[in-house]
Amino acid sequence: MTRFAMVIDTRTCIGCGDCVVACKTENHVPEGLNRDWVVEATRGTYPDLKTEFRSERCNHCSNPTCVTLCPTGASHLWNDTNIVLVEPGKCTGCKACIAACPYDARLVMHPDGYIDKCTFCHHRVEEGLDPACVSTCPTGCMHFGSLDDPHSKVSHLLKTRDHKVLKPETGNDPNVYYLI
Amino acid sequence: MTEELLVTARDNALIDPGLHIWTWEVAMYLFMGGLTAGIMFFAALMTVRDKEHVAPFAATRLALLAPIALSLGMTTLFLDLEHKMFVYRFYLSFQITSPMSWGAWILIVVYPISVLQILSTFRSGYPFFASFFDKLAIGRFALDWCERNRTAIAYAVIPFAVALGIYTGILLSAFGARPFWNSGVLGLLFLVSGMSTAAALVVLIARQKSEKELFTGLDLVLILAEIALVALSLISLASGSGQHIDALQIILGGSYTIEFWVLFVGIGLLIPAILEILEISGINKSLAMLAPVLVLFGGYALRQVVLDAGQESTWTHYETQYNPELLERLHEENP
Repeated sequence: MTRFAMVIDTRTCIGCGDCVVACKTENHVPEGLNRDWVVEATRGTYPDLKTEFRSERCNHCSNPTCVTLCPTGASHLWNDTNIVLVEPGKCTGCKACIAACPYDARLVMHPDGYIDKCTFCHHRVEEGLDPACVSTCPTGCMHFGSLDDPHSKVSHLLKTRDHKVLKPETGNDPNVYYLI
Repeated sequence: MTEELLVTARDNALIDPGLHIWTWEVAMYLFMGGLTAGIMFFAALMTVRDKEHVAPFAATRLALLAPIALSLGMTTLFLDLEHKMFVYRFYLSFQITSPMSWGAWILIVVYPISVLQILSTFRSGYPFFASFFDKLAIGRFALDWCERNRTAIAYAVIPFAVALGIYTGILLSAFGARPFWNSGVLGLLFLVSGMSTAAALVVLIARQKSEKELFTGLDLVLILAEIALVALSLISLASGSGQHIDALQIILGGSYTIEFWVLFVGIGLLIPAILEILEISGINKSLAMLAPVLVLFGGYALRQVVLDAGQESTWTHYETQYNPELLERLHEENP
């Protein structure tokens, strides 16, 4: 299985939200709905505070519970990768995948009722391009690539920088990493 | 202090500000599924134990209610689907890791088995309608065959009834992402609750004194078992990880405390248990019909409260600054 990962540097992210706008534009996401979002996490006690910006989306987990609990196979892994997609023609809109995601990263989007979500812009990945959010980021804090390639930018960053994933204890093995 | 704030707009339908994907439609389905399981189980049990003279309604007429209850439940479940035209997709695949897929197929198997169960006691239970069947050769053959194999059919019904009852709980407990549901006891709790509601239904409808007494006793045993299972579920959450302990707070002072303790435990379990004890011991029989009504109410309350509290329990909770009303106001000002 090819394992794609996104690596986001929280030290250079300024929380501008361009990744959110890029996604909405690229994927024609209807207003009010979002496939990605920015979280501002503040820790400490005033005046000793630390702020971290995180651009978040579907974690394209290596053990995706949204796929294992989907009753029809609509939720699936794309082309033997960890990219989780939904096939609208197989989706009944039962919403099991929404309940199954510990990151609340899926959304009922289409007015017709099927589930939609971040696709890691697989249509761009197919052409060798980065996802829209990554290629738009004005501070260059977002990186995308394959973890199977030891020389890829993402592999290099994870080898050389301290990093974390969100809630590793879910057991879902998420593939969006944050450099800290 | 840790504060996690959404700083870009996010108002995803059914997810923000808190998960609210499943409402009364699913609770009603879970209730009807459990009730159906109980109905089929008791109808089969009365046949297997040869109790027709003690419990004629449960042994010969009760089974007819199973497909009716199940169909009502499946109708409300269908109402919940967002992509209704694609409902057939449940039956074009079998996903071994998805309890919902198992459930879809269990339901399909339960219907024909339920029909066989009804036919096996149709002549004694519903002689007027059976007479129409007897006018046709194929109807006569079907009734004869089912009556001849009545005990075998009853034995076949029991595992499917139990599977149906347990599945309605496992459906929820398989969601590791919702800590409140994530307890191995939930399947058993829903099964026992489903059987209890079916016993209550028999007490409500049956006319023979011996049958009412038998099922009041059975219901009391089931309620006591249910109380024990509720306690085990709470212990399981209380001794779990941080997420489970947080989830437990939803019913220990959190937003579903009153619903859980008053509507389900108080009105749905304890009061009917006391009423049934008073009735069985002969102290007070004047409220005898109230107990089964409360048990049925409690059965529904259990599903609704568990469904709602489970959706509130989560791994990620962000505060949001986004006010969706602002978007609406913008539309009003710039139509």
